[in-house]
Amino acid sequence: MTTAAIKVTQTRVMTSEWIKLRSLRSTVLTLIATFAMVIGPGVLFCIFQPANGQVGNPTGLSLRGIYLAQLGIGVLGVLLVTGEYSTGMVRATMCSVPRRLPVLWAKLSVFALVAFATSSAAAFIGFIGGQAALSANHVAGASLSDPAVLRAVFGAGLYLAAVGLMGMALGFVIRNAAGAVSILFGLLIILPVVAQALPLSWFPHVYPYLPSQAGQAIMQVHKEGLSLAPWTGFGLFAAYTAGLIALGALLLRRRDA
Amino acid sequence: MITARGLSKRYGDKLAVDDLSFTVQPGRVTGFLGPNGAGKSTTIRMILGLDAPTSGEATVNGRRYAEHSAPLREVGALLEACAVHTGRNARNHLLALAATTGISPRRVDEVIDMVGLRDAARRRAGGFSLGMGQRLGIASALLGDPATLILDEPVNGLDPEGILWIRNLLKSLAAQGRTVFVSSHLMSEMALTADHLIIVGRGRLIADAPIAELTSASSHGVRVRSPDAELLRAILTSPGVSISRTEPDVLEISGLESDTIGRIAADHSIVLYELVPLNASLEEAFMDLTREDVEYRAHETTGLAGAGRSGR
Repeated sequence: MTTAAIKVTQTRVMTSEWIKLRSLRSTVLTLIATFAMVIGPGVLFCIFQPANGQVGNPTGLSLRGIYLAQLGIGVLGVLLVTGEYSTGMVRATMCSVPRRLPVLWAKLSVFALVAFATSSAAAFIGFIGGQAALSANHVAGASLSDPAVLRAVFGAGLYLAAVGLMGMALGFVIRNAAGAVSILFGLLIILPVVAQALPLSWFPHVYPYLPSQAGQAIMQVHKEGLSLAPWTGFGLFAAYTAGLIALGALLLRRRDA
Repeated sequence: MITARGLSKRYGDKLAVDDLSFTVQPGRVTGFLGPNGAGKSTTIRMILGLDAPTSGEATVNGRRYAEHSAPLREVGALLEACAVHTGRNARNHLLALAATTGISPRRVDEVIDMVGLRDAARRRAGGFSLGMGQRLGIASALLGDPATLILDEPVNGLDPEGILWIRNLLKSLAAQGRTVFVSSHLMSEMALTADHLIIVGRGRLIADAPIAELTSASSHGVRVRSPDAELLRAILTSPGVSISRTEPDVLEISGLESDTIGRIAADHSIVLYELVPLNASLEEAFMDLTREDVEYRAHETTGLAGAGRSGR
């Protein structure tokens, strides 16, 4: 046995969640896919940019993959929780940590670190690759030393990690993969489309506050249209996520496992 | 030691567990018997803190399960439906559970060997047979070397060799002074494994007694098969002896010991093909107890007396 006393601690539960995360082939594959989704589309857009042309937002162009990758990381967040419910593993987990909440914190923190590391690494690689492709096409690109560019690229990793946590929180609330994924996609993708149907006078007061619009503000280099300020928007998105996490924690305590 | 006090669980209109109170003592195998839907699994889930009781309380070694600082060290549980992520291999599954409590990887390999899964330890649990899944579940129960074991239907899906293995394992764990609580609907299996039985039906306690008491509570009788059954009946008939002729050559006699019957038959040169003392089998006792569970609670001995008989 280890030197420390045999008992459950938050750090140990995190170790356990780390073992769980890396020992599932599907998790590892989804992470690799997300990594590729962040880099691929943006770099391709840059490669196929007409030579000697002009690009309004070269940073945004090279980070186009975010819109795809948010689905990958969000689904992964959902599956890391609902996979335990669908297989029955959750009962073994809750028997080893019957206070339950340490499991929620451990899952969230381990996945936040992994998701942020993966997606910010991918964002930087995608940015550098994309800008290189642009300059090969003789198109003016962006540099990390340009104002706001570093924050935008770094923010892509933050946004994706937060989307992953939102998926995870929904997993705890819904406990069913199909349901949680539907709600996640509804929040991120369907809501902005539905909002287009709002009366013109309402639209500016709703649209920027929708989860994905608010969260993606952190990735913009120049203020676009109705968008909230970068950190204000991301702060709002983080608050939505925190709200879902609180609901998940409450239900995890209350419900039968 | 496991204690349930007034344990109840209501799902909507249905009372799955109804005011159940019992104590499971260390040092012996306690069987938890009941037909399907009797509330066995729900009771076990409440003991393990997976389900919250509607009322009442269950404790393990004096505390609620969730209050133990190292639950795996205190209680090892095998849950009915295989509680394993199908995509993870057996060793990683155990490593993840062990990590929560600071149990070393060496102990993980130890329990893998104990349950005979060494060759399958790096295969994904999704490809396991039911029997291998049960062995993995038992490995996870043994991880913390706990003083209390709670096993829900452990022999399900095991081959005869596996069943024998479980039976010996449970007995040896109890012999080491541990509390062993095993649910099953296989009465015959419990007859061979358990020392004490807690029987439930429709969520209520029907019996809580040593096995020997349950099987011998019925009136003893002796079955005799003889070509001269009619003659034997005439000779044996006396006050206090009741004889029924169940088949042309078979008598069921109560009120006389088999030795006495054998001697009397020999004295009269009557040929006997069979001379069998009868006890109600545990299975019959169980069927009879659970048939009309609620009504029979108050006079369970009467229920046993009416049980069918077989030579066992």
